[in-house]
Amino acid sequence: MAWRPDGPLLAGRTALVTGAARGIGWEVARTLAANGADVALGGRSDPAALAAQAAALADEFGVRALAVPGDVADPAAVNAIFATVWQAWKRLDVLVNNAGVLEGALIGMIGVDLIDRVLATNTRGAILVLQAAARMMARRRAGSIITMTSIIGTAGDAGQAVYSASKAALLGLTASAAKELAPQGIRVNAIAPGYIDTDLIKGVAPALHEARVAAIGLGRIGTPADVAGVALFLASDLAGYVTGQVVGVDGGLRL
Amino acid sequence: MTSNRDKLRQVFREALGLAADAPVDDLAYRGIKQWDSVAHMQLVASIEAAFDLMLDTDDVIGMSTFAVACEIVGKHGVAT
Repeated sequence: MAWRPDGPLLAGRTALVTGAARGIGWEVARTLAANGADVALGGRSDPAALAAQAAALADEFGVRALAVPGDVADPAAVNAIFATVWQAWKRLDVLVNNAGVLEGALIGMIGVDLIDRVLATNTRGAILVLQAAARMMARRRAGSIITMTSIIGTAGDAGQAVYSASKAALLGLTASAAKELAPQGIRVNAIAPGYIDTDLIKGVAPALHEARVAAIGLGRIGTPADVAGVALFLASDLAGYVTGQVVGVDGGLRL
Repeated sequence: MTSNRDKLRQVFREALGLAADAPVDDLAYRGIKQWDSVAHMQLVASIEAAFDLMLDTDDVIGMSTFAVACEIVGKHGVAT
């Protein structure tokens, strides 16, 4: 039978998006809400601002939206985030494991503090969030976990050794979790965005920016919406037989 | 009326695949072959479902005996 959804792709589903205050995370949250999901917004920004964003989502798309502020680098905060989601909705169908920090340094200039800071959020935080989400999803023996890695995690980039390592670790996390959680009906995939137009690239030198865009096969910089569309696909039943995959959303960028 | 402790005992028996009258008060993680790491996750899920709880990861990792399980659910407001 040809695939033709008879309603919003994510109607009746609940989703948690970490790092949802801006950029890719915010666009993913909007896209999931636009397609019927109740969405919890994670972020370490001002809780009042995050709550206002949640209220705006609820108003615009007629879904339930929840602000769950907290820093995923803090294990106690991760526990609190999931306790809040559990108390509110008693279920979790979709996790977009998106929270991350980008800090660069040449190899000779990498300090221990930088390593700890980047790994605490990008890697340890992602593992803790996935762990908690999997436990909630296991109760219903269904769910979709989408972890945001990066083309820098798969291809590397000069000046980004720590960030690259932190994101490469998520490839192993995704592959292993997909195998372990498949018997419980939980799919685990990753998205590897390329050069995406967010605040993270605002500080890129003009010459490097031009070189990056020139290296993109499709000839344009990516948008958060480009990434959100793939997240929606992976979150939905359209990807019901997809697990353990890393989907590049990079327009053919070659680093 | 079934007490919470009896209810927790029953959860242990069912999650670990034990006989309906099997003693559980002295059970310890990996103390019997049925309580391995895979069964532990099922046990945690069953406890959460039975008492409508969301346990912290530290609780999951630290739940080493039936007695500790009683303490953990007690911490979440379920008196046993």
